[in-house]
Amino acid sequence: MMMANIEQEDKLQLAPKKFNMWIFIFTSFMLFAALTSGFIVYSGGHGTGINIKLPAIFTYSTILIALSSVSMYLASKAARELQLQKQRLFLWVTILLGVAFFALQTYAWLVLLPQMGVFFINPNASQSFIYVFVWIHLAHILAGVLLLGNTLLGAYRNKPQVKNLFGMQMSSIFWHFVDIIWIYLYVFLLLNQY
Amino acid sequence: MSTLAVQDHGAVHHGEDHGHHHHDTFLTKYIFSQDHKMIAKQFLVTGITMAFIAMILSILFRIQLAYPDKAFPLMETLLGRFAPGGRLDSNFYLALVTIHGTIMVFFVLTAGLSGTFSNLLIPLQLGARDMASPFMNMLSYWFFFAASVVMLSSFLVQKGPASGGWTIYPPLSALPKAMPGSGMGMTLWLISMVLFIASSLMGAINYVSTVLNMRTKGMDLWKMPLTIWAFFLTAILGILAFPVLVAGVVLLIFDRSFGTSFYLSEIVIGGSSVQPFEGGSPILFQHLFWFLGHPEVYIVIMPAMGISSEVMSVNSRKPIFGYHAMVYSLIGITVLSFIVWGHHMFVTGMNPFLGGVFMITTLIIAVPSAVKTFNWLATLWRGNIRFTAAMLFAIGMVSFFISGGLTGIFLGNAALDINLHDTYFVVAHFHLVMGSAAIFGMLAGVYHWFPKMYGRVMNEKLGYLHFWLTFIGAYLVFFPMHFMGLGGVPRRYYAFTEFVEWNKWLSVNVFITWAAIMAAVAQVAFAVNFIYSIFWGKRATQNPWQANTLEWTAPVEHVHGNWYGEIPTVYRWPYDYSKPGAEEDYIPQTVPLSQTMSSNVQHDFEDNPAGLDAYAKFTAAKKSSEEVK
Repeated sequence: MMMANIEQEDKLQLAPKKFNMWIFIFTSFMLFAALTSGFIVYSGGHGTGINIKLPAIFTYSTILIALSSVSMYLASKAARELQLQKQRLFLWVTILLGVAFFALQTYAWLVLLPQMGVFFINPNASQSFIYVFVWIHLAHILAGVLLLGNTLLGAYRNKPQVKNLFGMQMSSIFWHFVDIIWIYLYVFLLLNQY
Repeated sequence: MSTLAVQDHGAVHHGEDHGHHHHDTFLTKYIFSQDHKMIAKQFLVTGITMAFIAMILSILFRIQLAYPDKAFPLMETLLGRFAPGGRLDSNFYLALVTIHGTIMVFFVLTAGLSGTFSNLLIPLQLGARDMASPFMNMLSYWFFFAASVVMLSSFLVQKGPASGGWTIYPPLSALPKAMPGSGMGMTLWLISMVLFIASSLMGAINYVSTVLNMRTKGMDLWKMPLTIWAFFLTAILGILAFPVLVAGVVLLIFDRSFGTSFYLSEIVIGGSSVQPFEGGSPILFQHLFWFLGHPEVYIVIMPAMGISSEVMSVNSRKPIFGYHAMVYSLIGITVLSFIVWGHHMFVTGMNPFLGGVFMITTLIIAVPSAVKTFNWLATLWRGNIRFTAAMLFAIGMVSFFISGGLTGIFLGNAALDINLHDTYFVVAHFHLVMGSAAIFGMLAGVYHWFPKMYGRVMNEKLGYLHFWLTFIGAYLVFFPMHFMGLGGVPRRYYAFTEFVEWNKWLSVNVFITWAAIMAAVAQVAFAVNFIYSIFWGKRATQNPWQANTLEWTAPVEHVHGNWYGEIPTVYRWPYDYSKPGAEEDYIPQTVPLSQTMSSNVQHDFEDNPAGLDAYAKFTAAKKSSEEVK
């Protein structure tokens, strides 16, 4: 029995697992740092910037993702205060905002950028970089939405509060990161428009 | 109560009698194991297998280098279309060099070394039941396994494996039509590396998290063995460096398969310049690659350094010389390794001023490296040395690190590098300093911790044979290469004897090849010893080397959770060997200072005023009793 108890404690190990998430975010951050550095090396070496004005849709998607961070915060707050109804509601809102963000970004990539003559296959790789930034970030959004969905499922299954909170913390660390990374990428692109 | 349940669990060893709360099937125990000790063994066996494969590849191209005009019918039997008429195909030669490098750097010395010993030792030496996330740990191994399979499968495709060198520089790697190896083989290489990076990152994330969160009571950072410091900093390097390679590889994949021009500029293949590419920069890839690539060489060597420090201290029966200096040097190497990548690119047309900056940062790395070397030698100085096989390999590691490190000072110099770049001098340098040194560190670890992994001891005599043949063999192989390099012989050439001025080096090549064959044959001694000892070796006692670290307080038989009952508490640093006044020449970390009054010194109580008071009382009492006498 005693051993079983010990194993139980060990299996949870919530703090180290949360720490794992923080380190994972670091690796992810390094990936984006490498891509943006690559952009700087490329455009600095060639003297060719993006040379377009970015479509306004990116501003709208940025607003959406920023709002989703707010709703994520509200969901966490509700979870801490044991208001399960509210937690679920705000998780739904966050997921929907995430999906809407995904849709806007996809629209920009499929319709707007090609209309502006900015193609992925492009002698000016600075412009190709816009696609790379958007896609790799969207891959993160996809992972984030799946993570949020998993947490939401847990909230419906009435997990113990420790695990519920743990799930909320894991997904909010990741979601806020994904949000901040997009803002970083967007500002980076804005500063390098010309 | 607790021991009862635990012994039940141990009985799983004998077969059908499972413990009642934890059902281990063959699948969960040996295949999809989440136990760090089993995962460590999986990494080790896979790593050793990959090492033997890569070694055989090197023998194949060594034969080509020694006898460029001779046909060996056996080659055709073995390799088929890759050696038509018994002579190695020139494209296959390049593939051999590439895959040899890739396997050795990534699959053996990164995954095989860190994967084995970080997994085995981090929980055991820190007093943790397992890793932060055992599940992720399991995934890490299986991603590595998949990466190995994909990498080797490239030998089965029509045009052969990737052959642009392990650095896969574009345009060669980015244009599938550029050479046979740039087709399917290159694609498989990229897939394999993506899997490998995922594996590496999952491992590294776990290592860092475990070191920072799961140390046992009393184990503060400054009581950690140097092995753990080395694994910890290695993992940090991996976390910061590998994502950058992902970025580089992703852009390369876009160039290869989607037609973008990140790395490709106007280019002519086979006389036709009709390629869709324009305006890309191949140098961009080199920046991204070497931002990983240089830290990577420290990912390879730092675990070997940590293992050697521990093995040398144990077998010299002396505290490691300059423990703090050792840690700060590791930290220094970690930080510096990120700002030296440009020294791989001195001849790319880099601004000479920038080259100067990279030269200075590169040469500064000599300082922490020299500190470490000095400390190893000072640890040996007047030690009560036990020449175990592990000790010999650890000393060998220091030897290679010195002789290979010295040539680093030549190569790190931006002006000298113009001459030496891409010659055999470079090959000699890195095979000694990170190849031989790291593999010797790994072998030291295998011999030293074999009892911990398999509960048995490896045969010492075979170990000595293995050491001396490998040690001498490695020097005979790599030392002459310095002179070839100074003579201007370029690396990676299929048959440099076609150039009259390098013809005279052929005899040296023959010599090197035979030395390499000898060293390769010597590895049979290791393979036999390893496999034999797993099943029939002498049974190990709990603490066969009389070492201080925590892993030797754990029971010989492996139990889930590492220790029966409570995890031991740590009271002292791991290097109390031959402490004056102590009864034995080692004091395990679990022995409290209150039990070793006769050997305590004032320094032991630096952060412990209560202990210092007790110590002062004890010494005062001792003094007065001596006066009475």
